[in-house]
Amino acid sequence: MGLLDIFKKIEPDKKKSPVLHTLYDALFTMAYTPDTVTADGVHVRDGMDLKRTMIHVVIALQLCFLFGTYNIGHQHFTAMGQYLGFLEGFHLKLVHGLIKFLPMFIVANAVGLGIEIFFASKKGHAVEEGFLVSGALIPLIMPPDLPLWMLVVSIIFAVVIGKEIFGGTGMNIWNVALLSRVFVFFAYPTEISGDQVWVSGFDSMAAGAAVDYSWWHTGLFNSLFEWMGIAQFDASAVVADGFSGATPLALAYEGGWEKVTQNFSIAQMWWGDIPGSIGETCKPFILIGAALLIATGIASWRIMLGMVIGCALTGMAFNAWGATPFMDVPWIYQFYMGSFFFAMAFMATDPVTAASTNRGKWIYGIFIGIIGLIIRIINPAYPEGWMLAILFMNTFSPLIDHFVLDSNIKKRLARA
Amino acid sequence: MKTVRIKYLAFLAFIFSSNILSAQSVTSTPSYLIYALIGIGLLVVFGAIMMLTDNLLGIEADKHGVDLDSGNTNMFQKIKGLFKKAAPNFVDESKFHDLSKGYDIKLQGAARGEIKNVQVSRFAVKPQNFNGISPIPKIMVELGDEVKAGDPIFYDKKRPDIKYVAPVSGEVVEVRRGAKRSIAAVVILADKDQSYRSIDVPSLDGISRESLVSFLQENGAWSLLEQRPFNIIPSTDSIPANIFISTFDSAPLAPNSNIVVEGHGAAFQKGIDVLNKLTSGKVYLGLNANEKPSSVFTNAENVEKHWFRGKHPAGNVGVQIHHMAPITGSNVVWTLGVQELITLGKLFTEKKFDTSRVVALTGAPLNQPKYVRTHLGANVADLLKGESLDESIRIIAGDVLSGEKVTTDDFLNFKDDQITAIAEGNQFELFGWLLPLAPRPSISKTFPSFLMPNYEFEGNTNTHGEKRAFVVSGQYESVLPMDIYPQHLMKAILTGDIEKMEGLGINELAEEDIALCEFVCTSKQPLQKILREGLNTLQEQL
Repeated sequence: MGLLDIFKKIEPDKKKSPVLHTLYDALFTMAYTPDTVTADGVHVRDGMDLKRTMIHVVIALQLCFLFGTYNIGHQHFTAMGQYLGFLEGFHLKLVHGLIKFLPMFIVANAVGLGIEIFFASKKGHAVEEGFLVSGALIPLIMPPDLPLWMLVVSIIFAVVIGKEIFGGTGMNIWNVALLSRVFVFFAYPTEISGDQVWVSGFDSMAAGAAVDYSWWHTGLFNSLFEWMGIAQFDASAVVADGFSGATPLALAYEGGWEKVTQNFSIAQMWWGDIPGSIGETCKPFILIGAALLIATGIASWRIMLGMVIGCALTGMAFNAWGATPFMDVPWIYQFYMGSFFFAMAFMATDPVTAASTNRGKWIYGIFIGIIGLIIRIINPAYPEGWMLAILFMNTFSPLIDHFVLDSNIKKRLARA
Repeated sequence: MKTVRIKYLAFLAFIFSSNILSAQSVTSTPSYLIYALIGIGLLVVFGAIMMLTDNLLGIEADKHGVDLDSGNTNMFQKIKGLFKKAAPNFVDESKFHDLSKGYDIKLQGAARGEIKNVQVSRFAVKPQNFNGISPIPKIMVELGDEVKAGDPIFYDKKRPDIKYVAPVSGEVVEVRRGAKRSIAAVVILADKDQSYRSIDVPSLDGISRESLVSFLQENGAWSLLEQRPFNIIPSTDSIPANIFISTFDSAPLAPNSNIVVEGHGAAFQKGIDVLNKLTSGKVYLGLNANEKPSSVFTNAENVEKHWFRGKHPAGNVGVQIHHMAPITGSNVVWTLGVQELITLGKLFTEKKFDTSRVVALTGAPLNQPKYVRTHLGANVADLLKGESLDESIRIIAGDVLSGEKVTTDDFLNFKDDQITAIAEGNQFELFGWLLPLAPRPSISKTFPSFLMPNYEFEGNTNTHGEKRAFVVSGQYESVLPMDIYPQHLMKAILTGDIEKMEGLGINELAEEDIALCEFVCTSKQPLQKILREGLNTLQEQL
């Protein structure tokens, strides 16, 4: 086998350059499943391994990647009042989306995997697959205009403090992707809250503010589009009158469901034609991903269903209370706004940080649903709660498991 | 309970009314959509309350030791029960256990057809097959000695009463040494015509337990018994709470006990009668409800018969014990296999220590998988005569889950009734994790083979991935039909938390019970090894 021989030939020395060897090992095991055979125990092993588990989460995210990238461009042009139809100006929206998203994706993965490889070589074991998913998730949960250096700092924090000091993949207490998000949230609050951050390509969201294009837009792609004879980026465009950049949640906080529906239709919110974090907006595509994860048994349906139930229940309770306009938003529409489904499908179901007993998963899921919606509706500073709710329940999931295990132990004792 | 229910109703009414009010405040005219939403809302509320209370109730019930399987506390269990497949007509429904968890690893090369006779010249007893025996037992024979089947050949210096006997008559030709000069095997070159040590068998009527015990120990029958917890030879003074026999083996390619037991009905029944003398409790028989078992099993008397339907490990005696009469507190129970029980019975019916064994030779690489008749501890090469096996084939004494890798020069272990041959998987596979081309057994639905539940795999010994920390949860529980949390138990063992190990039920497990969990493990953890370490730690504490 030719490729195998090439791989064997370029293998760096393990002692002389441990970091390089770890990198080589990571790439090699990506290309080839190792030839190790079973010893001391079962003689056949299930075909499933961690790489395959993780890659299925990434596969489930693909539609979110596609839609998220395009929606960056779509929201950008919507802000200027240009190409209002979803598929109008397709190439411009796609290119703008890619110019914003690709650097984030590449930087996130390069930094995260770099740290992983460094720590793996220090510890002398293989690179674990955890960051495969974290690296796919982190860009999707950030606002599109987030400066790259903030992304880098947040990832360093999340991977080093959140994961490596606990011992790497499988040992962490908090969801790594959410830790990076929460770091940006608390360290650079102006960059990740308010109405200014959800639409990319502008310095300010005020009407008449100029668009902020880079060399990629005006230099490279404009000359390309000119040559092809199709529409180009207009560097003199400005933010249209009456456009605020506010997300449905921000609107709901200000003026309840009426104010939301003045700006967005229900179908728009459902299909994801709204400003927001990159991957969170298109509900059907997220649900397709969730369905894939449930069908393959990779993510826990108990947690997902628990979250839906908890959220619905809390939504109804708030409807009954009805003290603020936000509380009066019909509970079913709470699902249409914000990132509930994304958090449910991809964040809460992280097997390492979630409760690990089946009974615990129900309780864990339901409580995330309850707490998340409470934070969304009551927290005045930032109307979204899933990040904090999940991290909060991550902290308590060992306690939930403890109670479940304790009941199992007591049952056994009672039998005696 | 009643007041709680009223509270729920009040809460429901409150939510219901509030929903109508809030709905009306949004749209001035209530439409069918609103009522539909309210309907869904009510369902969700109801479901949520049921779900939450059900789980909390479950926890509470566990604390008080209530059996959840009976369905008295669990609402969903009851609903599920409505959709269950009915029990087959040959089972006693009051003693029927329908195990939904488990997985059958379907491999090619099951043994088929008549039991063939095979010429095996050498047999061996391996002291290390008996967990807990000292590494260098006292050997009672010398090289060149002629022994008869049933003659004692060694004993453990810690427990000199318990004799281990020769399985066949012949000449002692080798005492094989293992690591640190421990005794690995005592090898006997068998005579053409077997001769048996003449045994003065007492009558079972009116015999005292003590004299029966010393008779069994003197004649090697004691070593047929196994004690749980720890899977060791029972100590002389131990009185088992119950004795359990599983009459079917659900492991991959395992021999069919119906074939094995044919013609041994009298010995089987006699063995049960002996066991009844030894326990203060009952003798339990676990029967196969997947297919109709042999009449030897169904007609057995003086036993409590339970029926089990389900995939592997439903045939494991450990799983069956858990559902019939779980091990409690400091109690011990005994187990033994069908063939061991027949040997025990024949000691009384035929007055000789007859170690005849039916062994299944299985596996895809074999030209002719078949059943053969031989004796305990047969030589592997002799059994596999006529098969061309090279380095690329692994030979396993036992099944692929908890068997032991052997060379052809080796011998079957004391309880082995199966040899499995399987291809070694020491090849690199391009994108094997992403686009696996060759079919491989898996419980994961990410492999298309889950659509073909009856597909038989060739299988190989590749690990299909590298070892990782525990990441995925709920996986082990999905194939272990016991109320045990294997992953948490493993973590308790790894951290040396003895109290938690016991609490989480380590005493109910043996390696074979956890083997399927090890098979499915995404992180490729060696669970059987970890479990044995835990059991050893516990044993040292006693």
